[in-house]
Amino acid sequence: MSLLSVRDLTVKFAMRENTVTALNGISFDVAKGERLGIVGESGAGKSITGFALMNLLSRPGFIDSGQIMFEGEDVVGMNDKQLRGMRGNRMAMIFQDPMVTLNPVLTIGQQMIETLMAHRKLSREEARQIAIVKLREVYIPSPEDRLDQYPHELSGGMRQRIIIAIALLLDPQLIIADEPTTALDVTIQADIMELLLELCQSNQVGLILITHDLGVVSQMTERTLVMYAGRIIESGRTREIINDPQHPYTQGLINALPQQTLPGQRLKQIPGNMPSLTNIPPGCPFNPRCEYATDLCRSRIPEISHFGEVEVACHEVQRLQSNDARQEAKA
Amino acid sequence: MFAYLVKRVFQAIAVMFVISLIGFAIQGNLGDPLRELVGQSVSEETRQQLRDELGLNDSFMTQYLRFAGNALQGDLGTSYFFKEPALDVILKKLPATLELVMGATLIIVGLSVPLGVYTAIKPDTILSRLIMGLSIVGISIPVFLTAIMMIFVFSVHYGWFPSFGRGDVVHVWGYWETNFLTADGWMHIILPSFALASIMLPLFIRLIRSEMMEVLQSEYVKFAKAKGINPRRIYFLHALKNTLLPVITVGGVQIGTMVAYTILTETVFQWPGMGFMFLEAVNRVDTPLIVAYLIVVGFIFVVTNTIVDLIYGLVNPTVNIARMGA
Amino acid sequence: MSTESLNPTAEPSRWTKIWNSNMGYSFRKNPVAVVSMIIFLMIAVAAFFAPLIAPYDPYDPASIDIMNSEYPPFWVDGSLPDFSLGTDDQGRDLWSTILYGTRLSLLIGVCAVALQAFLGISIGLIAGYVGGRLDSLLMRLADIQLSFSTLMVAIIFLAVTQAMFGSETFNQYAVFFLIAVIGVAEWPQYARTVRATVLAEKKKEYVDSARVLGFGPGRIMVRHILPNSLSPIFVISTVQVANAIISEASLSFLGLGMPPSQPSLGSLISSGFDYIFSGSWWITVIPGVILVVLVLVINLLGDWMRDVLNPKLYKG
Repeated sequence: MSLLSVRDLTVKFAMRENTVTALNGISFDVAKGERLGIVGESGAGKSITGFALMNLLSRPGFIDSGQIMFEGEDVVGMNDKQLRGMRGNRMAMIFQDPMVTLNPVLTIGQQMIETLMAHRKLSREEARQIAIVKLREVYIPSPEDRLDQYPHELSGGMRQRIIIAIALLLDPQLIIADEPTTALDVTIQADIMELLLELCQSNQVGLILITHDLGVVSQMTERTLVMYAGRIIESGRTREIINDPQHPYTQGLINALPQQTLPGQRLKQIPGNMPSLTNIPPGCPFNPRCEYATDLCRSRIPEISHFGEVEVACHEVQRLQSNDARQEAKA
Repeated sequence: MFAYLVKRVFQAIAVMFVISLIGFAIQGNLGDPLRELVGQSVSEETRQQLRDELGLNDSFMTQYLRFAGNALQGDLGTSYFFKEPALDVILKKLPATLELVMGATLIIVGLSVPLGVYTAIKPDTILSRLIMGLSIVGISIPVFLTAIMMIFVFSVHYGWFPSFGRGDVVHVWGYWETNFLTADGWMHIILPSFALASIMLPLFIRLIRSEMMEVLQSEYVKFAKAKGINPRRIYFLHALKNTLLPVITVGGVQIGTMVAYTILTETVFQWPGMGFMFLEAVNRVDTPLIVAYLIVVGFIFVVTNTIVDLIYGLVNPTVNIARMGA
Repeated sequence: MSTESLNPTAEPSRWTKIWNSNMGYSFRKNPVAVVSMIIFLMIAVAAFFAPLIAPYDPYDPASIDIMNSEYPPFWVDGSLPDFSLGTDDQGRDLWSTILYGTRLSLLIGVCAVALQAFLGISIGLIAGYVGGRLDSLLMRLADIQLSFSTLMVAIIFLAVTQAMFGSETFNQYAVFFLIAVIGVAEWPQYARTVRATVLAEKKKEYVDSARVLGFGPGRIMVRHILPNSLSPIFVISTVQVANAIISEASLSFLGLGMPPSQPSLGSLISSGFDYIFSGSWWITVIPGVILVVLVLVINLLGDWMRDVLNPKLYKG
């Protein structure tokens, strides 16, 4: 049985006059201890997915339909008390910007201890000891002193470590990390990712890593979802997706990586921009930017089809594959 | 901490110095002390002699230093009207004003925090809309008009509350007579307190609401929710503590306005406090009393502002009190 | 007033655009704003044309007969058909006196705010543009000025002025004293907001390019930077007019503003207050209601404008 099983999740935003669909019937699974990457440009619905899994969408967003089975329970149907019991305890979240995630007027200790005491019957002193242990695990020097400090006294990298420690406080089954390093210095990014990977592996914690960085995904995760305009357009084992992308969009993303470009050559950008949620084109949402688009692409939304090791939502995937084969044969 | 305190005290002294200069300038230009003392029927010769004796012919500097020196020793001159030391006159009136301010502050703090928090958490309920609607009406009615309307409705029309004065007061200590120990005293202080609070209360409700709504959108509140923290703790610890920082700042700015409102409220209710006394002193051109009022009010203002700054420093951890002195 | 005369010359197309699109639309959609605007315009027009509308001239002693004092308004028994809203304690027609009083209140409020805006915008532009020592000095002054309450400063200033010049002279120039004291005391609001915009805009490219093109600082500030601070200025101005009217009324009520011979709404309420116990409530209540309605609709318009323009206002 998988740890998390999402089926046909649809999230909408209630605007003044109409509603806008931000997530359009997405489905995926995460096995126990598995690390899953969600990639896509900003606005693809990655972060919304993360918050929807926690059932933590703030107005005007709401879960319209679908199912989020987590450890056998449907998160969508949980009442407030059940949700509170789950959040931070069995499913934890790491936010994007460590500079604004911690409350500026409460000490690190207060913010750690309250989390422990919200879920377990512990004395303050016991909670403090657990907090110190967890701070050690994320390599915070002299953790006893840190507990009495305020967030503004610590650097960004240090704060993100503390946030990771808070996420790990109650030994959750699943951690959702929403772009955990984009707000940090480049030099610290790799450290934080390495730490996260190490902790997930050693504690057998499931991880959903939301990022726009394919390089990070390839290092960190076992499986990957590629999202575009509120839909999953390709999913499968990370290695397969990186080495042999099927969807034209995924191909474009990978071709745009600097590693794919010779020195002096221009980066191969995908032309155009992702459509805004209020005017998604009919048919395949990627069709205006896709060089292979046909009339079918412009009129019908492609179904998800199994193709080799991966699942792809593209009408033309067969043709593309045979093109590739022919080109390879020629070469 | 010490350096910060020293800096604050130094600032306070600087402001007091400016206020004393203003007071001195008023003293020198308003009314003729000689006439108050001896009347018109004195020869020019005796006048000059008296001027010399009183030091009115000394240089500006000497006169100011004498004025400031006397003020530091608690001598702010003698009221023309009461024929008493001006400071004594004011100190006798001070408790009445302070009790009125206390009553109004209790109303403001006691109501604005729960109402502001409630309207921020549940902005769409009918009660919230009602509170917000009433609050904008509230800030549109001048304090003196609220006071008059209260008298008109609750005193003249229904006769529930007395319309003027302090009623039965109980002597506590020194000049201090209190309203809070008799039923009659309570009846007298209720209307003036509400009148004095009438503009500040909606102002603070609106301020707390808008600050709170902004804080509730913040990442750290979302993170607290993601940690599974009880909403009551999120609202009243995580959010409210951050909300209070700008509220404290505005509160400090409003102290001066509060003093001005006491003048209005006391005038309408003929409340025997400093504000009412000040206006009478103005009408009688009782210069020493006007100057003494200015200095006492300035002093109270400086002290409360310093206290507010210190409270802000204590609540806000990013203000490092030890380092702010530098 | 100065803000209104500045903006069309600054960038007219921009304003017509805003008016036609966002603001106009949300205005039509918001019944509270529409009703407030209608009421405000009615009061403003009535006040402006007071000499034409008012049946009597309250400033003309010849038209006042003390024997006519304290007649109630028309819906109360014992009223006279000549005086629709009754008469005040001196026998003046209340309706005429209120019209003239509203005119004074509005005039003082708007002029005081125009003075505030002028001082504040100038100081804010200079502080933000010049920066450095001058900037920190001006902003420190703004802090100090702001912590002294306007009303308190006004009370003391007017009290001393009145005592110094005597009521006779004071009453003659009361309008100017009121405008000056309310106008000078509140400049920091504008200065801080304008300075913040200047600091934000100064970094942007177009300011650099304007400088490269050889435009002087004055032109850059007025033509390029100022239009960007218009929406906060508008929101502040609305609230400030409401506050100025309240301040004026409060000062007049204390006897430190407009004299009873030339009453604003505040002094009218004040003179009626003595008669509230004897039953002549209308002298206080009717001008009081007008005053509240006037301030309320201005505040409601300000609230609506704040929601639509949503400017970054300086807190504190």
